Amino acid sequence: MMDVGRHPRIELMTNAILEDVAGYVGNFKVRIRKKPRYVDEGECTTCGDCVAACPVVVPDEFQMGLSSRRAIYIPFPQAVPSAYVVSAEDCLGRNPIACGKCIESCEKNCINFDQEDELFEIDIGAIVVATGMDVYDPTALDEYGYTRYLNVVTSLEFERLISTGGALGGHLGRPSDKKRPLRIGYIQCVGSRTQDPARGNPYCSNICCMNSIKGAQYLIDNYPDTDITVFYTDIRAYGKGFEELLMRTRGGGVRYLRGLPGEVQEDPHSKNLWVTVENTTEKRLEKLEFDMLVLAVGAVPAVDTEFVRQMVSLSKSPGGFLKEAHGKLRPVDTSTKGVFIAGAAESPKDVRESVTQASAASSRASILLQKSHFAVEAITAVVYEEPCTLCGQCAKVCPFGAITWEKKQVPQVISAACAGCGTCAAECKFGAIAMRHFSDQAIYAQIDAILEENSQEKIVTFACNWCSYAGADTAGVSRMAYPPHAIIIRTMCSGRVNPEFVWYAFQKGAPVVLVSGCHYVDCHYIDANRSTVRRTDGLWDKLIKMGIRPERLMLEWCSAAEGARWQIIMQEAEKKRQSVTSAELEFTRTELSKVRVPRPRNPKPADENSAAQFHCLRCDHIWDGLFDVMWERICPNCRSNSVHWLRKNIS
Amino acid sequence: MTKEELRIGVFVCDCGSNIAGVVDVDEVQRFAETLPDVVVAVRNKYTCSDPGQQEIQQTIFEQKLNRVVVASCSPASYEPIFRQCIHAAGLNPYLLEMANIREQCSWVTPDRQTATRKALDIVRVAVARAKWLYPQDEEQIAVTDAALVIGGGVAGMQAALDLADAGHPVYLVEKKPSIGGIMAQLDKVYPDIECSI
Repeated sequence: MMDVGRHPRIELMTNAILEDVAGYVGNFKVRIRKKPRYVDEGECTTCGDCVAACPVVVPDEFQMGLSSRRAIYIPFPQAVPSAYVVSAEDCLGRNPIACGKCIESCEKNCINFDQEDELFEIDIGAIVVATGMDVYDPTALDEYGYTRYLNVVTSLEFERLISTGGALGGHLGRPSDKKRPLRIGYIQCVGSRTQDPARGNPYCSNICCMNSIKGAQYLIDNYPDTDITVFYTDIRAYGKGFEELLMRTRGGGVRYLRGLPGEVQEDPHSKNLWVTVENTTEKRLEKLEFDMLVLAVGAVPAVDTEFVRQMVSLSKSPGGFLKEAHGKLRPVDTSTKGVFIAGAAESPKDVRESVTQASAASSRASILLQKSHFAVEAITAVVYEEPCTLCGQCAKVCPFGAITWEKKQVPQVISAACAGCGTCAAECKFGAIAMRHFSDQAIYAQIDAILEENSQEKIVTFACNWCSYAGADTAGVSRMAYPPHAIIIRTMCSGRVNPEFVWYAFQKGAPVVLVSGCHYVDCHYIDANRSTVRRTDGLWDKLIKMGIRPERLMLEWCSAAEGARWQIIMQEAEKKRQSVTSAELEFTRTELSKVRVPRPRNPKPADENSAAQFHCLRCDHIWDGLFDVMWERICPNCRSNSVHWLRKNIS
Repeated sequence: MTKEELRIGVFVCDCGSNIAGVVDVDEVQRFAETLPDVVVAVRNKYTCSDPGQQEIQQTIFEQKLNRVVVASCSPASYEPIFRQCIHAAGLNPYLLEMANIREQCSWVTPDRQTATRKALDIVRVAVARAKWLYPQDEEQIAVTDAALVIGGGVAGMQAALDLADAGHPVYLVEKKPSIGGIMAQLDKVYPDIECSI
């Protein structure tokens, strides 16, 4: 911490909040508001005279409210910057008439109630988001009595009870009588791993098992006569040295009891706690008495994470933590170029993992910052003003926030932020967006060339550069033979496939059109392939309406490693191709030219989790389910992704 | 803008026996020459080898080519190399197109006649696309050498220190009056039960 405070290249801004982030990779403009401390950071010697003079006593948040502080205070002895601060909310008005005792007590005259907010505008090349986490508030889990019984504490409160710099000055005591607890119970998974939203979060919080084991070992080392019981469902001691520590605590006499308490009751006289628990390994009910209970509370995203997330346009994972650009290949990058993530803002993490990820994030940021310029691959989007109707739909679908749009204005592409997926170009129904190097004209020319001769034998295939094209390559490397009729048009992303391309191919006589791309989790453009699904749904709807078999348009996801899957897709496509009659081709040709190209079927917010029917166009399997835009549709019967979504009216 | 005359060169690769063992590469070469705007088609044993690349460069000079189609392997493997190759011969690297007649043809199509027919189609499609390629300039974006770290917990502090040690100016923004975050509230950390601060 001190290293940070005194590093010549670190400008430390505490008591400060981010107000605005504009710009793009390499060129962010950031506005920061530094709130007044009312104490001169540079002059304060932390003598503490002001604290003695301050008449206001409030709970100390650093000690989790287990002790008190004054309105002028230092958060903790080792705080950086090492200076006192006046809490504006607690102070009697920062008005010398109202109080001002601290000002009189300060020999160095470093208390100044006239300090005001300071605004800083800074140019930045890269951003690391490390907004951390909060701990779960166990108030809702009434059976543990957290709000009713003094001696039921959270794991973070326990830290402040045992800490040498803690609320009791280094003497372990329980809240009710400050006496040392001799029987301590830990309850695991508080607010974690539950399917009931009222009782916490579905994910494992990652740190609580080891934190309780650590606490147990600390007690063994310092208070060897303590009886320790840990109530758990699974102990997750997965990291380096973790299992060893678990075993040490077992050897030290800690009892691990599988089963979470159903009820905690307090003895009104002794304030001890009676725990009723089903011991699931021995299949019996136990009733045990403790002096203190520690709730191993889970992690939740910090409140500020969401605020920062919206400001720098990042994606979030289902639990509300920040989403990385790619789980395997780019775990500290984000959907916004030039923004990286570190620590528990991304997922619950312990200190070691946070440090590791922070070093990774800084290394990634440094790769960018050490260049004076970086080159953008010339595959980016370009907006043409003339056909543009200023609707702004392109800006909405851009996964990277690379298109800025104001009402009644022509959208602007920030090419530094554009990754070239082309989903904007496919979304624009006015042809106002061109992709450099993957132009509409080139794609039409490719479709023409495929269908130039013997069109009835051809399968017009769109494959994305990263996954399905690479999957086809893998099939080749593995010499997995398949029928020869599919000719591939490579695009960067399946999101590039404009419905008009598909329509055009059918009009030109293609018996089958195959659109392929990455699985949802693999999409190299965050979620651009979700747009592919919306567009395919729209196309299927229209084909059905016109009496054309929708299964002639295939949608399949195939990863770079799935050569065998590509082989199956090719065999299935060939089966489809053979089933298409020349009468059908002729009918398609004439019917399609009569109608406009169908637009995407855009799910509404009300569709989320609504009753739906799914129809597999490969094997005709039909099943009921709930619609979920994030769910990669896959047929449970044949594993095809050509799954058509039908809304279901609930009667 | 007057449209320049298209002069496409197609380079058909044997890849030893990888392609030539299955595909009739001579027929591919002859077919390529018949395609509109193709001025020359060359067959080579290994197009990616130094002599193969030199032949591309020499043909660009001799035939004044302005588009190049290499009918060989997947762009995933050799597109960067062929882009460099044509760039060295004075062509914009974006004027290259690859026809993948190995991974997506000879290696997956055992029958010689069928494979050759597929190779012709793939080359036809690549040449069609090549006509719509244009020189592209890669935009150079300036970078401000400064980092913002949001949050002064253990992750933010470590990121700030690493970046600063690497020589970059760093702004570390923390909402609370002190850095340290949750880490500072912990007494000890696992697995070695050491002091947190």
